[in-house]
Amino acid sequence: MSHLKGVILVGGPSVGTRFRPLSMDIPKPLFPIAGVPMVHHHVSALAKLQGMREILVLGFFEQGVLDRFLTEVQIEFSGINIRYLREYQALGTGGGLYHFRDEILRGNPDHVFVVNADIASSFPLEQMLSFHVQKKAMSTLLSIRVDRAQVHKYGCVVINQDTNEVLHFVEKPETFISDLISCGVYLFNKEIFDVMKEAIAQRHAKAIEAGEEQELSRTPASSEKVALEQDVLSLLTADKKLYAYVCHPTKDFWMQIKTGSSAIPANRMYLQHFKSHAPRRLSTAPKRSMDDSTVEHTAEVIQPAYIHPTAIIHPTAKLGPNVSIGPRVLIGRGVRVRDSILLDSVEVGHDSCIVNSIVGWDSKIGCWSRVEGAPGESSHHNATMKGHKIPSATILGKNVTVADETAVRNCIVLPHKEIKSSQHNEIVM
Amino acid sequence: MKAIILVGGFGTRLRPLTLTVPKPLVEFANRPMILHQIEALVKAGVTDIVLAVNYRPEVMATFMEKYEQEFKVRITFSVESEPLDTAGPLALAKDILGKDDSPFFVLNSDVTCEFPFEELAAFHRSHGGEGTILVTRVDEPSKYGVVVNYPNSTAIERFVEKPKDFVSNKINAGIYIFNPSVLKRIEPVPTSMEKVIFPALAKESQLHAMSLPGFWMDVGQPRDYLTGTGLYLNALAKRDPSRLATGPGFVGHVLVHPTATIGENCKIGPNVVIGPGCVVGDGVRLQKAVILEGAQIKNHAWIQAAIIGWHSTVGKWARLEGTSVLGDDVHIADEVYINGGCVLPHKSVSSNITEPSIIM
Repeated sequence: MSHLKGVILVGGPSVGTRFRPLSMDIPKPLFPIAGVPMVHHHVSALAKLQGMREILVLGFFEQGVLDRFLTEVQIEFSGINIRYLREYQALGTGGGLYHFRDEILRGNPDHVFVVNADIASSFPLEQMLSFHVQKKAMSTLLSIRVDRAQVHKYGCVVINQDTNEVLHFVEKPETFISDLISCGVYLFNKEIFDVMKEAIAQRHAKAIEAGEEQELSRTPASSEKVALEQDVLSLLTADKKLYAYVCHPTKDFWMQIKTGSSAIPANRMYLQHFKSHAPRRLSTAPKRSMDDSTVEHTAEVIQPAYIHPTAIIHPTAKLGPNVSIGPRVLIGRGVRVRDSILLDSVEVGHDSCIVNSIVGWDSKIGCWSRVEGAPGESSHHNATMKGHKIPSATILGKNVTVADETAVRNCIVLPHKEIKSSQHNEIVM
Repeated sequence: MKAIILVGGFGTRLRPLTLTVPKPLVEFANRPMILHQIEALVKAGVTDIVLAVNYRPEVMATFMEKYEQEFKVRITFSVESEPLDTAGPLALAKDILGKDDSPFFVLNSDVTCEFPFEELAAFHRSHGGEGTILVTRVDEPSKYGVVVNYPNSTAIERFVEKPKDFVSNKINAGIYIFNPSVLKRIEPVPTSMEKVIFPALAKESQLHAMSLPGFWMDVGQPRDYLTGTGLYLNALAKRDPSRLATGPGFVGHVLVHPTATIGENCKIGPNVVIGPGCVVGDGVRLQKAVILEGAQIKNHAWIQAAIIGWHSTVGKWARLEGTSVLGDDVHIADEVYINGGCVLPHKSVSSNITEPSIIM
């Protein structure tokens, strides 16, 4: 059995500004999707692997921000060591890994998974590991086929159809190269750090050529700067040391979580996945009874849905599909919620309708109101209006109040705002 | 006395409702628009009513027969083979209108008000002129033709169409009374009352103006139809408040037909009319809305400023606003949002209409 380690790259507060306003009140990696923090899915996928000994979370959030989360997952996955390694300088997407190479290689793991935090996926890590071992690969990346129209947003991969060896790798190509893209999930052997060292040296050399010596001498650590995709993967490809494991076209799912709106399709994908793979993670409406007697009527729930057991839901409400209802949410008489995430302690007044929306912590929606976003992934944006991209899901930040009978459609509303009259297609500050 | 109601043509401004039913038969406050006028005329002593139409009299004919019997009045159709504008129809009907010396009323079929026909007749006789028109005060006179009197007189000096500067805030309310002698001035050809006949009478100081007491509205288009409904209900509240709905779920003036049913936990009003056989579910919120016969509003729906056509359905949690109009037998799916949507008869709508538009 292999000895495995996992590394989750969570970035920091300055990364992921596109996740505002939700990231104004919670670090993006902790935003709840399908009932648990975004990176809980990563931890859980890694922890499931036989031989996983330690999971390292790498980022530049302040010490303490992730403490609570780490304590919780440490308890949940008690057989595995889980810790946070804080990066103090922006070292690029690969520099952090290199910087902590000693920590990562401590205990001499056979293989190391490296996973980006801002993705949602079925994480076929078991299959990826078997593939990696079978190919005797030094490095493997997870890839998936996407629509031609979307390819330019990602790292594009060209593979040998017989061997799955990566022949070519390009970040965000302007022209069409291939419909396979890199998912931000990697499996490396320890030799990866030698390759990284080489990549760093090359970059350093290039920088000197380009006349950036001054900058380099000022901050010695920036000599460790390296971008995992552009620098390291390209080198691996050139040296023929990189393989690609391709996600199953129907059994696997993957998407990037860049904007707040993308939490909605991510939420849906996880919940749909649970239907077949982890049905106990889904819920029906909690029964409001203190003893064991059966309660006659509970709210209608169309699966899949995640409903926290402390949520209070009126029996005439109709929830789902694709909803995540957080702790202590109060859903009033005759309310409809679909394709949405309601965060902790949200209150929804009677006869309201919430569709394709994220409602932030402590927000209060009046009665007969309508909070609605456009369906579909945020990557398929509607046309821009006045230069602003119209968001897909509607997002209400923390502690937003929506007055009775008011409609909030295709809007992003910043925290603590009171909406007193209907808003459409606006960013409400 | 006699009267002529200018029904006119296709009623295009009140589509999609008028695609199914001729405009005079579209219900207003739960009774066909024209019935309000016929009733008021009969009460004032009118025995002969001419309906000047240029489109589809046969649909109206059955209804008119019923009213003839009910109100003991003679109703005749005067069918224009070509549109005769606003005065021409009078000449076409001169056999009835001119059959004796008594004056005759002229009304536009789109007008709603308190129809003070007796007062109008009395005022007309008192000044001895050939004609009297009712005028009403409006906030934005430049949208209409305004009336200017001779100084210190009820006689009208001139009309000014859509004045750019303020001249007067009184406009022609579309209700007149004439002596049969006026018929000598009109040929059965397209002739404009406002542009030709009135100015001619005014020049001879033969045309007088009487201020219309109470409310007035031209309900020929949906937004004004809804505003007019509110004004009508307001007047009804003063005249006969027992006809309006009261109780915990009602706000402001609401008229509910006795055969309609309303569910629990609703909040209805102000300015709502619910027609015969309508079914309103639980948790429904209605404001400034007219629900025509047989329509169903499902649970938790929210409607503000809309006309729901006969036998239509509005789905659960739907939201309608922005002067939406649903024609006959239109079905709005659950959770749909409609803002200013105008939906033609027999259509189903299952996705949002976010900007005012017409759905065929």
